[in-house]
Amino acid sequence: MTTTDLQRPATAPAFQHISSGRRAKNMTATVLVSAAFVIAVAPLVWLLWTVLEKGFTHVLTADWWQKSLAGLTGRQEGGGAYHAIYGTLVQGLICAVIAVPIAIMVAIYLVEYGRDSKLAKWITFTVDILSGVPSIVAALFIYALWVTTLGLPRSAFAVSLSLVLLMIPVVVRTTEELLKIVPDELREASYALGIPKWKTIVKIVVPTALSGIITGIMLAVARVMGETAPVLILVGYTQFINYDPFGGNMASLPLFMNSERLTTNEIGEARVWGAAVTLILIITVINLLATVISRLTAVKTK
Amino acid sequence: MESRPHDPRPPSADQPAKVIVRPGDRIFSGLAKSAGILIVVMIAAIGVFLLAQAVPSLIANKANFLFSREWVAGDPTNLSFGVLDLLLVTVFSSIFALIIAMPISLGIALFLTQYAPRRLARPFAYVIDLLAAVPSIIYGLWGAVVLAPTLEPVTGWLNSVFGWLFLFETGNVDRSIGQTIFTAGIVLAVMLLPIITAISREVFERTPTMQIEGALALGATRWEVVRTTVLPFGKAGYISASMLGLGRALGETIAVMIILATTSRTFGWSLFDGGDTIASKIARAAAEFNDPRSAGAYIAAGLVLFLLTFVVNAIARSFIVGKKEYE
Amino acid sequence: MKIKRHGALISLMAAGALALTACGSDQNTPQSGGNAGAPAPTNTAPVDCGGKKSLVAEGSSAQKGAMEVFTQAYGAKCAGQQLAYTSSGSGNGIKQFNGGIADIGGSDSPLKEGDETTKAQERCKGNPAWNLPLVFGPVAVAYKLEGATDVTLTPDVLAKIFSGAIKTWDDAAITAANGGKALPAKPIVVIYRGDESGTTDNFQQYLGAAAASSWTKGAGKKFNGGVGQGAQGSPGVADAIAAADGTIGYVEWSFAQDKKLSMAKLDSGSGGVALTGETAANAIKEAKVKGSGNDLQLDLKALYASKTANSYPLVLATYEIVCSKGYDADTAKAVKAFLTVAATDAQAGLADAGYSPLPQEFQDKLLTAIKAIA
Repeated sequence: MTTTDLQRPATAPAFQHISSGRRAKNMTATVLVSAAFVIAVAPLVWLLWTVLEKGFTHVLTADWWQKSLAGLTGRQEGGGAYHAIYGTLVQGLICAVIAVPIAIMVAIYLVEYGRDSKLAKWITFTVDILSGVPSIVAALFIYALWVTTLGLPRSAFAVSLSLVLLMIPVVVRTTEELLKIVPDELREASYALGIPKWKTIVKIVVPTALSGIITGIMLAVARVMGETAPVLILVGYTQFINYDPFGGNMASLPLFMNSERLTTNEIGEARVWGAAVTLILIITVINLLATVISRLTAVKTK
Repeated sequence: MESRPHDPRPPSADQPAKVIVRPGDRIFSGLAKSAGILIVVMIAAIGVFLLAQAVPSLIANKANFLFSREWVAGDPTNLSFGVLDLLLVTVFSSIFALIIAMPISLGIALFLTQYAPRRLARPFAYVIDLLAAVPSIIYGLWGAVVLAPTLEPVTGWLNSVFGWLFLFETGNVDRSIGQTIFTAGIVLAVMLLPIITAISREVFERTPTMQIEGALALGATRWEVVRTTVLPFGKAGYISASMLGLGRALGETIAVMIILATTSRTFGWSLFDGGDTIASKIARAAAEFNDPRSAGAYIAAGLVLFLLTFVVNAIARSFIVGKKEYE
Repeated sequence: MKIKRHGALISLMAAGALALTACGSDQNTPQSGGNAGAPAPTNTAPVDCGGKKSLVAEGSSAQKGAMEVFTQAYGAKCAGQQLAYTSSGSGNGIKQFNGGIADIGGSDSPLKEGDETTKAQERCKGNPAWNLPLVFGPVAVAYKLEGATDVTLTPDVLAKIFSGAIKTWDDAAITAANGGKALPAKPIVVIYRGDESGTTDNFQQYLGAAAASSWTKGAGKKFNGGVGQGAQGSPGVADAIAAADGTIGYVEWSFAQDKKLSMAKLDSGSGGVALTGETAANAIKEAKVKGSGNDLQLDLKALYASKTANSYPLVLATYEIVCSKGYDADTAKAVKAFLTVAATDAQAGLADAGYSPLPQEFQDKLLTAIKAIA
């Protein structure tokens, strides 16, 4: 015992003995807590394994990524999911284009302008509500507005609108948190140089938080792309590629799965699981991109 | 809010006499403010629109909307729909899911914050977060195709041994097919794990180190540290997280729709019942919104779901607010 | 730092743009199935391709597979022409047609007198809409019962099973229908369509016509039997039947085939008849046109009640609802081309997809009607 370790007490603790009852309890707790983790990982592994096992072969073919299901019946092999992949991406993109500016401006208002005003409290309250709105209710709302009231046809754009409702609260929350932790010294330095407040926000505050904001946005996009309830209510499925989000039916991966589920043979099943793999792949890629971007754009603080 | 340490207002705010509001500032703050107002208007519009669409159908409704258990909305001239059965199935399945998910999430959150080796805690947490990244339609397919048949022996055993208890008695759909609340609840529970875990974890991590060290200094075992410091500190956050999870389960649509079998018989408080939650009923009927009146019936149900999740989320938030005070 | 940030953003945008613009293709070459089914009608008609590139049709899920066959043939005959079919239910098909959103409505029942017809007339700019039966879909009584692969049922027994009067497979009435051979003593699990469906409507009409004394629950798109458990859509029914033992349900032939389910023989009074392309075609011959002129509404009552030997009477007719006049020239041209292909070339592929092709005389009437669309 000649080595000196400052982290440890110099002499052995006086009350080292732990009664067996306490020890047993401690042991049980450790086992239970670790078991909980294993219990949670089991379904994840099981689910991913199922999806990969049943759907991976499809994803490996070039046709899957380049072709639609046009001109094929439910009993004919071949074709691909390009029409659905395109729909998923374009609906997510339109949603982001609409939701992100609004959400960031709201967050800026809450952090930089509103502060403790009555309006800010109302906004925080509604963002809270909005974040709890089930996707089916968001979809019903757009249906009530877009289809019943305005008399417009169902379209991919209507889907994007309902996704906007689901995306805004997520982005507002993330942005708000990140703007709050931007150090005040940065703002004050900028003001001291006579720079207007809005320019300070645009050029100093937001860029400082940008990496986190982009990550938040990407995660939110990945999230809404997997939503099924809105596409179910707000757009029709088609086997063909439709590039126009404002008119006609447009497939998306969840809709593709839900539609091919109606083909009860092996070919339909393979397509459903193929789409599941594709959806998970896309979401994973977006998540990875988010990590990479946040690394690359992170402001060096030192 | 009140406790926020910094004040990002420009110094000019201290000398109001010299304030010069630049046009750029005015435009920008105007934009920010109108974006905020837009959000408030939007949520109000959701309420108003849903209500406006629901009212004509509710007036035409021949049954009692809140207490009737039948749902006939296909024929706009003969509407007779009540939300009670849907509501019961919604709440029952969500609470069942929550009862499974709550202890497991608590375990995971403790494991990640107190037990896991520091280096592994982050990747482990990432794995749990992955559960949240899986789209719900895939959970639904997995539940119906893979999980349901696997559960058959378990449900058979529960049914034969505990069949005297209302929870496990033979339900209103065929148990062996597995399209029951039992299967749906388990899938929902898996979906809730990452949500409850993520928030609880954050709260547990903020347990003051002083308290933990104090307990350790008194010779407490790891479990005793958790019991005496982490749990009391994080209790409110954990309950709030669970309520947020409940809100999520209530509104889950596609996974439940794929798993549950519909039935013409009413719900009888058994886990082996089928039926429909509010959300799954709406989604099932989505393709047959033939008429504003028929759609209105479903929108009325959607409104009930909206209110339900609203109340649950409000309760969750009241716990968080309470929590913040002694932070 | 700045350069890095822009680099990342640009690469992200590039990746996204690539995915969004890299052109996908609608060109597929299907492998042809080899199964020759019921005789298809033989008439051909010249097809005048062109007009609106992408037609929109919506409606009954019972004709989804048939529409796939039609669309395929249409694309093959008229290169580049498309039709997007959403199978969202008959009611919705009519509504979308009446609202002018769908060019063609697909429905398992013709337009109802009154509101539906008036609205359709409005949509067609004052001209009547026509119900054109383009395809017949046999409905299978599918079951899963271990130890029994050859089950015969009479309409009367069927009505009693689906109304809950017969509860086990070894019921005396079922034994009698199977020539005295008792089936395993298992409870019967009835599977019905949980959503509103034209298939349910036709099935209940059939029970009402063929077993009037035992089926008193009427017809309609909702199942009125009051027993069993509902499943979502035809696929859901097929899945549920396959998932447990002792189940029975009604589902379109194509779904029963895809799921490889056992199908009961129907004994309408002259022996058990299995569902084949031929027996269904025999039954369809008895369908009568009810409407006048080119509006080809069918009367299936006589067909359902028929006792003809070697004929499988549980079939449903599914209609395409179109305007007689009132489309713009572009749409009219495409609709005519599509319907012509569907009524001629495409019919041969129907048996392969689990449907029954039209009888010859129907085809003649249809072609006359299609020609008259302007």
